[in-house]
Amino acid sequence: MGLTAKSTGANILGNHFEVKRTKDNDFIIALGGNPNVGKSTVFNALTGLNQHTGNWPGKTVANAQGTHQYKGDDYILVDLPGTYSLMAHSTEEEIARDFLLFGGGDAVIIVCDATCLERNMNLVLQTTEIHSKVIVCINLMDEAKKKGIEIDFIGLEKQLGVPVIPVSARAGKGLDLLMEKVRGLIKGSITTEPKTVHYFTPLEEAIGFLESVLHTELDIPVNRRWLAIRLLEQESSSSLLSEIHEYLNYNLSKNELIAEAITDAENILEMSGVSIEQFRDEVTAGIIREAEKICKKNIISVYSVLTDRDRKIDRLLTSKITGIPVMLILLCGIFWLTITGSNYPSAIIAKGLFWAQEQLTHFFVWLGTPEWVHGVIVLGIYRVLAWVVSVMLPPMAIFFPLFTLLEDYGYLPRVAFNLDHQFRKCKACGKQALTMCMGFGCNAAGVVGCRIIDSPRERLIAIITNNFVPCNGRFPTLIAIISMFFVGTATGFIDRAISTIVLTGIIVLGVMLTFIISRFLSQTILKGEPSSFTLELPPYRTPQFGKVLVRSLFDRTLFVLGRAVTVAAPAGLIIWVMANVSIGNKSILAHSSGILNPFANLLGLDGVILLAFILGFPANEIVVPIMIMAYMSSGTIVELDSLKELKILLTDNGWTWVTAVSTMLFCLIHWPCSTTCLTIKKETGSQKWTAISIAIPTIIGIIVCFIFTTVVRVFGLV
Amino acid sequence: MDKKKSLVNLREGECARVTYLISNGAMRRRLQDIGLVEGTLVQCVQKNFSGDPTAYAIRGAIIALRSEDARDVYVS
Repeated sequence: MGLTAKSTGANILGNHFEVKRTKDNDFIIALGGNPNVGKSTVFNALTGLNQHTGNWPGKTVANAQGTHQYKGDDYILVDLPGTYSLMAHSTEEEIARDFLLFGGGDAVIIVCDATCLERNMNLVLQTTEIHSKVIVCINLMDEAKKKGIEIDFIGLEKQLGVPVIPVSARAGKGLDLLMEKVRGLIKGSITTEPKTVHYFTPLEEAIGFLESVLHTELDIPVNRRWLAIRLLEQESSSSLLSEIHEYLNYNLSKNELIAEAITDAENILEMSGVSIEQFRDEVTAGIIREAEKICKKNIISVYSVLTDRDRKIDRLLTSKITGIPVMLILLCGIFWLTITGSNYPSAIIAKGLFWAQEQLTHFFVWLGTPEWVHGVIVLGIYRVLAWVVSVMLPPMAIFFPLFTLLEDYGYLPRVAFNLDHQFRKCKACGKQALTMCMGFGCNAAGVVGCRIIDSPRERLIAIITNNFVPCNGRFPTLIAIISMFFVGTATGFIDRAISTIVLTGIIVLGVMLTFIISRFLSQTILKGEPSSFTLELPPYRTPQFGKVLVRSLFDRTLFVLGRAVTVAAPAGLIIWVMANVSIGNKSILAHSSGILNPFANLLGLDGVILLAFILGFPANEIVVPIMIMAYMSSGTIVELDSLKELKILLTDNGWTWVTAVSTMLFCLIHWPCSTTCLTIKKETGSQKWTAISIAIPTIIGIIVCFIFTTVVRVFGLV
Repeated sequence: MDKKKSLVNLREGECARVTYLISNGAMRRRLQDIGLVEGTLVQCVQKNFSGDPTAYAIRGAIIALRSEDARDVYVS
């Protein structure tokens, strides 16, 4: 459910495969399923707050894990990436498949969407081929009931040969029964007879032959029939063989008897006139047909996806005339609420925190500590923290849940549908719209999210351009500057409307840059044609308002405070030291901003602003606080508790509307924060692409700011 | 019968059955994975404002395909 403290920052760098039992009798349960089936809801409902990583709804991209206690045992739940298949055609499918094969799970829960069961059955049947202890969890039963869908669970269970449990995870219904079955399966009181999909004769003959050889030759815990089919398919077998080598320490390709058997099995196919291509088709189609058969038999439904209310909403959100305008209106709406809503808490928090600062000062005076101790702790560390919390926190705490609500509703795939045409023209992947949207939350999470893009070329484009959408940490900077310089203090309706439009304009600029740079990359260093992709438009779901609000507020608040302490506090210290330690007759701060000044001036900035962006490398949230600190250390104003006074401070230091626009442009377009850089390094595995991802936005930012400033100056607008 | 009719040729609201796929490799597999095998009933639900991509109803799910890919799925 949205970003959490754990899914952003360095934690997302975690390894896929580290599942640790804390005790010998802990059980490991893998949780799989198609994207958008409420898998994360099941995961959250079972693990509560006992999670190691959070996840992004509908697209768990790193394995999250958590624990659930049931009848005295600890179950470690591992949330696998949502996939439609386990054929390893994408990174996610490979992660899911490898975990099922080698992750050592005691049981597997496959979560299905009751309203779209046939689509889900493909993964269920593929999973029962790999793992013997599978439980099918049919989620969203409440939605299915609303749509008039009835499922014969006993019949389904009989045909699949594994337990099938109806669940409404959002209401917490059915989860106990689910765990009871999991327990039974692990403890042996429930046995399964997983459904095997059978193919026609020559195929079965070849598969059976190879399977029997594998039975006698192999001593590894991998389903022989499944492995036989994969070896004959050839397609994914090379990666599979290397994984088997890596995880099970067995080099299958060295076994001559097996190699011979593969050739023999291939001959059986060839003699019956079945090409490898036909074999592959038949294996995939066989499962699809089996899924169809099973669902036809066990689902009673008058429901049709075509007459659903969702189609009407789709027409509004994606049609020719309304698609793009509605998208812009929604964006505006979110910003408007953010700007309006953050005004009041911001003022109150600022008052409170700066009142506390006075008390702290009194306290230090009473203690009789030397002046520099007070300076370091109160004027350095405390003050920068106070700024982060009062200016940065409220917009973040409001924007984030709003955005998560839209996401929970299922709107983002529609954005991808609307924007795909543009991305195709840029020879990029339509799913880049999704990763771009994730960037609004956190660019590092957006970069990780790029795993959903299968083509390496298109993934790199998405990674490099992700930074062009401002993350949650940069929004408040933009909002603060807009409020100060373009609309007074954003209190009246019109003022707020203007703020909203300016902010939307900046975001649109970011999106345009994403297109332009994607296109540029496609024509230069990442040449290529757009690869194919499929995009599911999932059913709309009523978001869980309460949970989203509480969770993202709670998580976000803790997250920002945590980051503020770890990043802003030392930054505040550095700034204070720089402002108060002098070399010659000038402070270090004056020296460094002096050095940066001539260059910064070309961009319409000043040395302090550029220095703030540089020191803000660990976290964009601290850029504005650093600027304020730096100005205040040399200025005369000591008390600041509103944006109005802040504006006076800035104009006293030479800010004009040009400075404001340049700062916003530079905020939108500059190097990614340190966490994002580390994530890019980790995701691309390449220093070169990391360097390019840093260089491109930096250079573009410099160019854009320079052109803007020069044009304004030439035309004498300032 | 028009043998060259593909998913791209479907108008909004029109239905057809898949006859065969001419795409290769990973995309062929992916199309099959979403249920586009011989005999599958597909309905064209909605086109994007520029005409590409198009959303299709396939086995109870709504899935958008780009024209280049939809072109490779022959229907009758």
